[in-house]
Amino acid sequence: MPAWLTPLIAPFIVLNVVIGLVTYVTLLERKFAARMQSRIGPYRVGPHGLLQPIADAVKLMMKEDVVPTAADRPVYNLAPIVFLIPCMLIFATIPFAPGLGVADLNIGILFFLAVSSMEIVGLFMAGWGSNNKYALLSAMRAVNQIISYDLPFIFSALVPVMLAGSLKLSDIAAAQAGGAWFIFYPVIGQLAFIAFMVATLAAENRVPFDILEAESELVAGFRVEYSGMKFALIQLGEYAHIIGSSFLGAVLFLGAWAGPGPEYLGPLWMLLKAMFLFLVLTWIRWSFVRIRVDQILTLSWKFLLPATLTLLVATSFVVVWRAGGF
Amino acid sequence: MTTASAPTRVELDYSGGERLTMNMGPQHPSAHGVFRAILTLEGETVVGVDAVIGYLHRCHEKLSETLTYAQYPSIASKTDYVAAMTSEFAYVMAAESIGKIEVPKRGQYLRVITAELQRIASHLLWLGTWCMDMGGALGGGATIFLYAIREREMILDLFESLVGARLLYGFFQVGGTRYDIPAGWADSCRKTIADIDSRIGEYEGLLEDNPFFQARAKGVGLISRDLAEDVGISGPLLRGSGVNFDLRKSAPYSSYEDFTFNVPVETAGDCFARYRVRMVEFRESIAIVRQALDKLPDGPISSRPGLKSVAQIRIPKGEAYARVEGPRGEVGCYLIADGSAKPYRMKWRGASFSNLAVLPHIIPGHKVADVVAIMGSVDPVFGEVDR
Amino acid sequence: MTRQQARTSIGERFGSAQVEGELPASAEATAGKPLVVTLPVDQWLAFARFAKDTLGCRFFSFSTAVDWKEQGLEVVAKVDNLDSGLAVLMKTKLGPGVSACQSLVPVYRGADWMERECYDMFGIRFDGHPDLRRILLGDDWVGHPLLKSYAVDTPYPPYR
Repeated sequence: MPAWLTPLIAPFIVLNVVIGLVTYVTLLERKFAARMQSRIGPYRVGPHGLLQPIADAVKLMMKEDVVPTAADRPVYNLAPIVFLIPCMLIFATIPFAPGLGVADLNIGILFFLAVSSMEIVGLFMAGWGSNNKYALLSAMRAVNQIISYDLPFIFSALVPVMLAGSLKLSDIAAAQAGGAWFIFYPVIGQLAFIAFMVATLAAENRVPFDILEAESELVAGFRVEYSGMKFALIQLGEYAHIIGSSFLGAVLFLGAWAGPGPEYLGPLWMLLKAMFLFLVLTWIRWSFVRIRVDQILTLSWKFLLPATLTLLVATSFVVVWRAGGF
Repeated sequence: MTTASAPTRVELDYSGGERLTMNMGPQHPSAHGVFRAILTLEGETVVGVDAVIGYLHRCHEKLSETLTYAQYPSIASKTDYVAAMTSEFAYVMAAESIGKIEVPKRGQYLRVITAELQRIASHLLWLGTWCMDMGGALGGGATIFLYAIREREMILDLFESLVGARLLYGFFQVGGTRYDIPAGWADSCRKTIADIDSRIGEYEGLLEDNPFFQARAKGVGLISRDLAEDVGISGPLLRGSGVNFDLRKSAPYSSYEDFTFNVPVETAGDCFARYRVRMVEFRESIAIVRQALDKLPDGPISSRPGLKSVAQIRIPKGEAYARVEGPRGEVGCYLIADGSAKPYRMKWRGASFSNLAVLPHIIPGHKVADVVAIMGSVDPVFGEVDR
Repeated sequence: MTRQQARTSIGERFGSAQVEGELPASAEATAGKPLVVTLPVDQWLAFARFAKDTLGCRFFSFSTAVDWKEQGLEVVAKVDNLDSGLAVLMKTKLGPGVSACQSLVPVYRGADWMERECYDMFGIRFDGHPDLRRILLGDDWVGHPLLKSYAVDTPYPPYR
């Protein structure tokens, strides 16, 4: 295979797999939520609703693209794309198996965290360009919330980094080989995992932190003026981000590709772990009511940030102590 | 928070911070019907509310002057359409009061049973929609909504086998009720309320221990006792602010004095207090229905059965104000009769109209997210507000 | 404050008011039934203040109006004393051709929306109301529907 072809094929495959995964994850969420609410969920389109995501995709592509007259055209049109690109880019550094990934950068996790917080630019562009008070209110809340929760997200993600001693995601995965997953690390591992999950929920506007789209108040928030394919792009970006964070969680805390059986089952275990995390997030989503924006910010700045900071300092002490430094 | 004469319309003066006027328009997922609130915001805090109503106005009061006493009860259910039984109750009671028409004991007991079942069904809808407002139609709120609707469907099935209709009935008649309970209805009713009884505890557990729910409901939407009485709010709102007043105990009607039940009163005056009042009312209504089914006497269901023509019932000259404790509060009918088959004037005192009037006094100072929580706990039905 | 005390008290303060409501044989016979007080127009607000302060009727139930054709309009309001169960139905006849009345808003905040509805439906202007505008009908509606002179099928494009 010519050397210049590999960097083109790998992202292509990963992108397609991710998009396919995202569409079917929506079905998984709907079925899971339905069972929680004692109903069945999509059932008629295809056997047990398996063709439902395809039907939804076709519908969204065929919908009329309604653009508000007074919308800021360039900003409005570019926003879904600016939102989507970082959400897709985060899959670049995730290793699906030893040696199987798009770009295993030695600053892997830093890349992930930095790029994932760029989606907020697209989000704000969408809220501003829509020329709609609801969208603007939602965009302002978005900036508040995502910025507040990116810090605990980073700090809780840094705990496995310190425990593994490297920013490279495949190193972190390798450090958990042999069943010593970081989630099992006494106290620090579990606390970091919980903080990571909470920060993920908030950074992705999932209930109980979905004050952004607050269906009952802001009627879909920053995406209220989008229809058809642009809405599909935003939806795609959101779910891709959630899946990406689930994969990251699987790499950081659940041992990535480690699992019983032969080596080539690695990506399958990775997928299962990521889906497990996704289902936990979905379970939380469908059980709780949302809290107000000032309560969300209080939780972040007054509680989660000091807590994760303390955890980080404690981790550093533990690491040095384990290495016999004292 | 506000003084006695807070204006309902806020003048926009830009001398203090940047103010944004936002419309929670008549089409809104959590407006509970057609309701428009023009909110004046400073950042996320609401500083003024102008409530615009009247989108559902059908002028029932003028309509009732053109319909006879036999025709109007089915239309009366369209005021508070979520609790249609209690809506019809007030009108027929007013007519009976002027015309001194006795309702037989069995008719009274049937009225009580249906009114209490209707209270349970209405509170189930309240619980579902309130949680949905707070939690999102794609989120935890929807879960509780679906559970509550599942229970409400069981009650609506009971009504369907009794009257033939699920939502708007023509069950009440001047003189008694129109239908008698069919065979086997009492047993299925007992089974239904036993099912619901077992699940109320589940909902309480799901909600009350949840710190998110407490954060959204405690301390939000405080209505002081003084404001409550001054504005004239009634029902769970009044009892949530510390006033022990329930028409079923204070001015018993239709044999309510035969049943033993408690009236829950909370003093906090916030959304959580009103929630607690309604949750206890579930259990009390279940107790009343059980007692009524056990003690149901035999006999006729109406003292004016078998209406042959619509103008058959004539009420002599007089006036009366009859009131009923509906799920939302005091539903009253001020009726002036002039001796013919149609009323001269009928004023419908809707519980939600007075309840909604308290919003401009309590909302300023809260955040936008609290507006929906407060509106949900006030539980307006716009058929009653606009009539 | 029992009904008998209330009647005496009203008779003392407002001599020109007519009070109806049969003297009960027992307290239960009139349980819940309001004491009906008919007042001259100029004592409307004063009586409301008296009812709130002296009779203890702090609960404002409703206020409405009745169109008696040639005899004019009549404004009706009901207030309750929740603790003792005393209810007072206040009435005042405005007289033929008159459609102005004192507003109860300074005394009871609940009168705000109720009087707006009276204005909307009957055209009664309440002096002292802070914000008298239509509440149920659109702001540009012409006419006051609940008046007897307004026919039920009055055409009103584009609604009818």
